[in-house]
Amino acid sequence: MPPAIATRELTRRFDVLTAVNALTLDVQAGEVFGLLGPNGAGKTTTIKMLITLLPPTSGDATVAGHDIRHDPRLVRRSIGYVPQLLSSDGALTARENLMTSARLYHLPAADRRARIDEALEFMALESSADRLVRTFSGGMVRRLEIAQAMLHRPEVLFLDEPTVGLDPTARRAVWDHIRGLREAEGTTILLTTHYMDEAAELCGRVGFMHLGKLVALGTPEELAAQAGKGKSLDDAFTHFTGSGLSESGEQGGQYRDVARTRRTARRLG
Amino acid sequence: MTSLERAERPAVWAEPPAAIRFVQDSWTIAEGELRKLRHDPTELITRAVQPLLWLLVFGQVIANTRAIPTGSLSYIDFLAPGILAQSALFSAIFFGIAIIWERDLGVLHKYLVSPASRGALVTGKALAGGLRSLVQAAMVYALALVIGVHLRLDPLSVIGVALVVVIGSAAFATFSLVIACLVRTRERFMGIGQILTMPLFFASSAIYPISIMPDWLQVVAHLNPLTYQVDALRGLMVQGATESFPLALDFAVLSVTTVVLIAIAARLYPRLAQ
Repeated sequence: MPPAIATRELTRRFDVLTAVNALTLDVQAGEVFGLLGPNGAGKTTTIKMLITLLPPTSGDATVAGHDIRHDPRLVRRSIGYVPQLLSSDGALTARENLMTSARLYHLPAADRRARIDEALEFMALESSADRLVRTFSGGMVRRLEIAQAMLHRPEVLFLDEPTVGLDPTARRAVWDHIRGLREAEGTTILLTTHYMDEAAELCGRVGFMHLGKLVALGTPEELAAQAGKGKSLDDAFTHFTGSGLSESGEQGGQYRDVARTRRTARRLG
Repeated sequence: MTSLERAERPAVWAEPPAAIRFVQDSWTIAEGELRKLRHDPTELITRAVQPLLWLLVFGQVIANTRAIPTGSLSYIDFLAPGILAQSALFSAIFFGIAIIWERDLGVLHKYLVSPASRGALVTGKALAGGLRSLVQAAMVYALALVIGVHLRLDPLSVIGVALVVVIGSAAFATFSLVIACLVRTRERFMGIGQILTMPLFFASSAIYPISIMPDWLQVVAHLNPLTYQVDALRGLMVQGATESFPLALDFAVLSVTTVVLIAIAARLYPRLAQ
């Protein structure tokens, strides 16, 4: 089976800043893979290249077997994406949001209603289906966004900081739904996070990103073990990058990232 | 990895041909926008108040001074189509704010990651921007009737007016979208929006005939799509009004402007998500 995601020397520069530096990585089909690193490490830039929102400066990548440079439309048909920001339209109801997606992906008209009802049920949103999304709690919005991104049963799902700004209960609910999804659909999931507990909880394998580079790769247990006996994934990150997850990275784009994270957190309430 | 075998994944499901997809996707986007207005029509209603003030206050005062030569037309008759065009312009020119909002939220990213073409996404937005100005047109018509503007009410004229309003507003909404793609932040957009509206408005035949403008401004007015929109509206809306240009030319200018702007916006649209 070919890898669900394969990147070769994938690089993206913004002026003087190299946001992603020669990233080479294979994610196998059915895997839940986590890209870990602090804000500004290059995780979001990596995702944006893989989902065809941002052209790479150099290097190549395929997603679900399609070349991100030459077949962006085929890539888009094969993936789902939940951005770090809010992606469901607050001025529409949950059902309307899902219907918009169903139509843009040209799902067979006969299946749309059933597929939407199924998605709402799976994400435990049936009773709120016809409410405007702006009245939803942060956790509900996230679940709706995941439902929306999964409606066309993509081969690969990209989740950018899926639980940033959520309270512990809502986080746990989102985790349960992500796990359930993988079990039910076998979807390959690439998620980014700067929460080590999230990575340990969800991911079969993780990669540490630091200043645009992939500095370590393995299962959470392997990486923790390499940092020393009885060490945590957090310790492992410090071991490989020389800096902690929370305070590292004085590089470019910091203020914007912080502002964005806070804004998202506030909106997710 | 037993789940892999279990998953039945319709890797390739049938899709309509590209041209049909384009139309369907545009309509999906436009319809979503219209639904939003139905859920919350506040903006629509507040926007409709402005033309009423222009017609009632500005129109009545200037009509009394008889300062503007409008030929055989009364000033109010002359002004009504201009105010319709103006109100449609004023609301269309700030359309880009909503796009920047969508970008800040992340809604835009989701649409750009869908298989819909950029052209269809932009066309849908343009169409929504055009269609929502019909509400303003209805308000202007209602008030115009009350204050005694000599409206042409035969179905063909009314349909013609609706078409001109939709195409013209679609053009300016797309123009606004292009600016949004270039400036990308709300603050910069607001400033530029204000700067652009005034010249577009005053260098057109909306509130006075082109003939009373200084020569250089007449040249600008002839390059201004709003002039052609007002011209077509005047001919179609008011009894006894004469157009400065053939109606076909008005339609051609507005349509070509819209198509060109959509093409430009479609190219720039992905920049918003980068």
